[in-house]
Amino acid sequence: MSEQPQMKGLRPEPLPSQATPHQAGQPDRPGTDPVGGQAARMWSAGMGRRRQEGGKRRRGDVNAVVPEAEFRSYYGRAVLKPPVWEHDIAYYLFTGGLAAGSSMLGAVANLRGDVGARRGLRLTALGAVGASAYFLIADLGRPERFYQMLRVAKPTSPMSVGTWILSAYGPLAGAAAVSEVAPLLPRHGVLGLARKVAGPAGALAGAGAALTAPLLATYTAVLFADTAVPSWHEPYRELPFVFAGSALASGAGAGMLLAPLAQAGTARTAAVIGAGLELTAAHRMENEHGLVSEPFHTGRPGRFLRTARALTLAGAAGAVLGRRSRLLSAAAGASLLAGSLLTRVAVFEAGVASTKDPKYVVVPQRQRLRDRGALEQEDHRAEDGGAQQHSAPETRT
Amino acid sequence: MVSANSLSGRLEDPARDAGYVDPPPRKGFFTDTSVCIGCKACEVACKEWNAVPEDGIDLLGMSYDNTGGLGADSWRAVAFIEQSRPVGNQTAPFASAATGHSAEQLQQDTVAAGIDVFDEASRLGTGVPGGQPLADVAADATGGCGSGGGCGCGTQASATTRASGTAEQGEQFLGMPGMLAPAALPDRDGRQSMRWLMMSNVCKHCTHAACLDVCPTGSLFRTEFGTVVVQEDICNGCGYCVSACPYGVIDKREVDGRAWKCTLCYDRLGEGDTPACAKACPTESIQYGDLDELRERAENRRQQLHDVGVTEARLYGHDPDDGVGGDGAFFLLLDEPEVYGLPPDPVVTTRDLPSMYKHMAVAAGAMVLGVVAAAVGRR
Repeated sequence: MSEQPQMKGLRPEPLPSQATPHQAGQPDRPGTDPVGGQAARMWSAGMGRRRQEGGKRRRGDVNAVVPEAEFRSYYGRAVLKPPVWEHDIAYYLFTGGLAAGSSMLGAVANLRGDVGARRGLRLTALGAVGASAYFLIADLGRPERFYQMLRVAKPTSPMSVGTWILSAYGPLAGAAAVSEVAPLLPRHGVLGLARKVAGPAGALAGAGAALTAPLLATYTAVLFADTAVPSWHEPYRELPFVFAGSALASGAGAGMLLAPLAQAGTARTAAVIGAGLELTAAHRMENEHGLVSEPFHTGRPGRFLRTARALTLAGAAGAVLGRRSRLLSAAAGASLLAGSLLTRVAVFEAGVASTKDPKYVVVPQRQRLRDRGALEQEDHRAEDGGAQQHSAPETRT
Repeated sequence: MVSANSLSGRLEDPARDAGYVDPPPRKGFFTDTSVCIGCKACEVACKEWNAVPEDGIDLLGMSYDNTGGLGADSWRAVAFIEQSRPVGNQTAPFASAATGHSAEQLQQDTVAAGIDVFDEASRLGTGVPGGQPLADVAADATGGCGSGGGCGCGTQASATTRASGTAEQGEQFLGMPGMLAPAALPDRDGRQSMRWLMMSNVCKHCTHAACLDVCPTGSLFRTEFGTVVVQEDICNGCGYCVSACPYGVIDKREVDGRAWKCTLCYDRLGEGDTPACAKACPTESIQYGDLDELRERAENRRQQLHDVGVTEARLYGHDPDDGVGGDGAFFLLLDEPEVYGLPPDPVVTTRDLPSMYKHMAVAAGAMVLGVVAAAVGRR
């Protein structure tokens, strides 16, 4: 029997094994999640973390570049409220852009005397702006109160600005479209007079619509950017160009789909320009914002954006190659329209996704603070180990 | 009225900036989380006074927070955070007592050895001369004094040798037998030292309130007290404010379609009364008053806590130079803001609005140029 240097029941010195994990001067237990408690267990079990799709790393996958972000949160709960907007708003982005693009190309067709193209584009604009109004009002929590939008004009609210843009554009686009009924009117009498006036009036209204259309196409980018939604706000410099290009491409797509081959020349060139603008700006939007660009690559929005890019490219190629084929031209137009719609839905959904994971809020803001150096000292201490921050007695007196 | 800093930056008095000629002093909340006991009286008082509907009886399966956060039907929400850290410079229980540390390790060993302490106590007659301290039974049964080793305990001690040892040393037993010190049993992660953080969250009533800026109907407005309030008879539920708030506070009430949030009890303020939550708070964790005075009081409290060693105490939302121009409702926190679900560096989105409009103008111009180019360059 080995001797026992200690007497039973008498322990002058605490045994090393009895040291508590958070005794003064002792580092925190390794592996303790900063959130603590249930969250720590959920975290270590891999819950609440984004799973990589299919587990494989694709080319262009930002996860390959951006390391797994380390951050703290309140049990993994979102900091922001996800937008309450439904997909109506994504569709509105598309229809608003389509109306704008169509009106602009319609005015050009009118100047060039391409009657067939003009008619198709003006009617598209009317249909699209009508759909826009429907989507906007349907998305309100209190649709019957939509008129409250008209009680103020407020430059700090892009939605108020947009309401007034739409209020100016809508009737003009409508008048331009209605003037297309002129050929159906009798040549004499009161309606005959209307028939005579319809042409110039339609041209005037169409010109007015074409002038307000660029605002209609681009204000929606400010509407989205002027939020706390990380993936909408951060690319606020590119978003107006994405939407402008997408609007032009979709208007051109409608033109190629509806106009006779001979009158679709402008639309074809516009399609290439619009697609180029959209794809260039979207590339920046998707890649220049670090972690906040991630939602543009992952999940449904990522798939939609990739598909949209393919469709837009195919449409632009069809616009160049389809000069002699009505069928190819129409197919390219449809491809552009689908590409534009998918782009809008993808941007919408990427933003929504960025509000649901706290990392898109916490990590960039922490980085910002770190860059500013405001938390320099605290960060140093946090990196050294959480417990020391609380337990090093020599740091305070 | 409108100034260069109307959208962002330092603004002395948002009420004056909003057009009030001679507004009363700006009012606000200082929520001192270091004295919050998580009683939720604020949540209840708020619901009662403002007739806020119930927000679902949920068990969220995280901490003791079953509210989950602020929303259309939760204008005050108490966050509960469980952490494996002591509060301030608090040390292990009984570390400085004559009896030494709490017997946490011992307790673990006892549990690990599968000893029924009550049974052992009755059989061994703990504390009786000739009896055996439970501590030693546990130590022997688990092969030494816990995982530390090196303490000299006979790891191979058998029951018989132990019995003889006990007989030999029975006379030397000086009391303080296997009485377990009150230390919590470790949880599944082996953590014992832990603290609770509790914080009653609320609308921040920002100096630069994004919700108010983006509201297209003028339903959200700045009161004479510098607070931000929704007029429910005007709100048409467009939901723009929900996306604009950098704190995730305001939300749309589903059954109703309109946006709702804390009003800082605008109706009570008008009568010179204290908001319901502050009135109900039993520990004065929620303090209401003139913002200038609250900021001073908060700084004193922070200093006081630092003086006694709670160096993790920090103010949040007090700085008039932060991204939202300072909050009307600000906090004293005991950890980083994101741990409480608050953004670490919120910025009012409308700060960048002038730049957004500029980019929009250029993009619109590009669109016009594109169409002109297409018209001219037509093949």
